[in-house]
Amino acid sequence: MLLTILRNDRGGQIMLSVLLATLIAVPLLNLLVPAGNPLHVPTYLVTLMGKYLTYALLAIAVDLVWGYLGILSLGHGAFFALGGYAMGMYLMRQIGDRGVYGNPDLPDFMVFLNWKELPWFWYGFDMFWFAMIMVILVPGVLAFLFGWLAFRSRVTGVYLSIMTQALTYALLLAFFRNEMGFGGNNGLTDFKDILGFSLQADGTRIALFIASGIAVIAGYLLCRYIINSKLGRVVVAIRDAESRTRFVGYKVENYKVWVFTVSAMLAGIAGALYVPQVGIINPGEFSPLNSIEIVIWVAIGGRATLYGAVLGAILVNYSKTVFTGLMPESWLFMLGALFVLVTLYLPQGLAGIVNQFKARRSSKQVTA
Amino acid sequence: MSDGEGARFITEQKLDTSHKAILYLEDLNVSFDGFKAINNLSLYIDKGELRCIIGPNGAGKTTMMDIITGKTKPDSGQAWFGQTIDLLKMTEPEIANAGIGRKFQKPTVFESHTVAENLELAMHGNKSVWYSLKAKLTGTQQFLIDDTLRTIGLTEHYYRPAGALSHGQKQWLEIGMLLVQEPHLMLVDEPVAGMTHQEMDRTAELLVSLAGERSVVVVEHDMEFVRSIADKVTVLHQGSVLAEGSMDEVQNDPRVIEVYLGE
Ligand SMILES: Nc1ncnc2c1ncn2[C@@H]1O[C@H](COP(=O)(O)OP(=O)(O)OP(=O)(O)O)[C@@H](O)[C@H]1O
Ligand SMILES: [Mg+2]
Repeated sequence: MLLTILRNDRGGQIMLSVLLATLIAVPLLNLLVPAGNPLHVPTYLVTLMGKYLTYALLAIAVDLVWGYLGILSLGHGAFFALGGYAMGMYLMRQIGDRGVYGNPDLPDFMVFLNWKELPWFWYGFDMFWFAMIMVILVPGVLAFLFGWLAFRSRVTGVYLSIMTQALTYALLLAFFRNEMGFGGNNGLTDFKDILGFSLQADGTRIALFIASGIAVIAGYLLCRYIINSKLGRVVVAIRDAESRTRFVGYKVENYKVWVFTVSAMLAGIAGALYVPQVGIINPGEFSPLNSIEIVIWVAIGGRATLYGAVLGAILVNYSKTVFTGLMPESWLFMLGALFVLVTLYLPQGLAGIVNQFKARRSSKQVTA
Repeated sequence: MSDGEGARFITEQKLDTSHKAILYLEDLNVSFDGFKAINNLSLYIDKGELRCIIGPNGAGKTTMMDIITGKTKPDSGQAWFGQTIDLLKMTEPEIANAGIGRKFQKPTVFESHTVAENLELAMHGNKSVWYSLKAKLTGTQQFLIDDTLRTIGLTEHYYRPAGALSHGQKQWLEIGMLLVQEPHLMLVDEPVAGMTHQEMDRTAELLVSLAGERSVVVVEHDMEFVRSIADKVTVLHQGSVLAEGSMDEVQNDPRVIEVYLGE
């Protein structure tokens, strides 16, 4: 099964092998190698890598809709944030009476706002399984409704991209409001533990890192499976010649809504893994700029390859960590410059270099 | 994602050609920014018929096909597929699945897919999302692909991306896509543009052999080609039917001569 999914996917085989090796090596180097040894991986680095992995899953989700289906979504940050909020709500409920106000029924920010009881939409979030369903369901339902309206009216191209920006911006404004009941400006934070394990503990952090890696692997395999299926061929046909696809009998809208929804669910899962590792979720995650950044990761990594998205997300975010440390103000300019350079000189992104190399080698084999 | 109401209606609705005709176009009108591209057009195609449609550039031939396949909605008029299927109420995929296939004037194939994949995509069958996720080519379908590739002479290009084909080969591939769709009614817009004489003869042979079981409507400018296949010819001019009859009748019709000489 696994082998058939990855057949003819050299880039994916390499990427997943490296990822798997990292998932095994990093915990060992953290737990077994004593601190002070140059080979020791400190826990903060484990968590940083875990965060990059959640971005990688988010980038895979965007590549599925943009690279293969041709829909430039500039709103995937919203689905990521919604998944993150669903996880954040569970983590808030886990705090119980250990908050500053010691109220066993209400999160601190609600006590602060003088609320007397838990709003209905917080019900159930004290149960992990319920929160996990919401992590997938909320972004999924939103994407389904949005897609159903937009794709049935045959909104495409720039107009669709603008609508997705508007979607995330609208959510940004809504979540900023205290009355919404999601902690307003400050968002949700001060989490204590997950499933009873302290979020500060090394073991928990390593578990979250591994869970993020597994999510990337599973998300990758799922998307690859979709792309390899006939559904995937229809999806690429829609990207290349939408109206022609209609004339051979495919209901393009249904395909678009389906893929968009699956992609949003993956983004939601990424957000849910992100929040316990960074320890906070606030409305800033809905910022339209975030969604644009994701698209840039994918463009730099290489569209329509899936592994390129992973590569792009990790490399760009690693650079971001390094450069915001050195020159905090210049990062956005750097990112912009990188994007322009890649678009001009590497239209197929970093993955394109590998493919070019492969093409040259195979053409040599032909002449030899 | 279930199919819309319309689609379920159609799949239950069988094509009814008990009155001989498979396609009824009545009093159709289309205008683009005040310009009447289709003007009170009425046209009937019989089951099993091979009909050629000629007419000068801009006569409305392609627009007529756009109406039949759901791409353009007319301002007024009727379009029925058999006795019972109202084409004007349907979307492009619903019409395609009801059994109307089309080859475009400008060859449009799925360029980044291989030749065989193009045929797989066009093949008749269940085209819903969930079904596609699980779909595997059956032996019969594989056989149909191989057989069609032989018919259109592209067997050795099985794994080639369609975008790498020559113009003529793309024409053939599009004809192949039409064949695997197994429609009741085929609309073929300028099939031999860019083909050699030999290829034209083969296309003529193929279209003639298809008629009978299916109905075929061919739009073509090449008079020699039309003459070689035509049974009945319809001349369109300024969006309506100018003349109809055998090739000889039409060519000797003074109005037709005037239109063609006046060009
Ligand atoms: N979408 C459109 N918008 C505006 N005008 C259009 C549109 N489609 C067609 N027309 C006009 O309608 C007229 C009929 O066009 P149509 O393509 O049907 O002609 P045709 O008979 O197929 O010609 P040809 O032999 O050149 O293919 C032309 O004058 C064309 O310019
Ligand atoms: Mg035309």
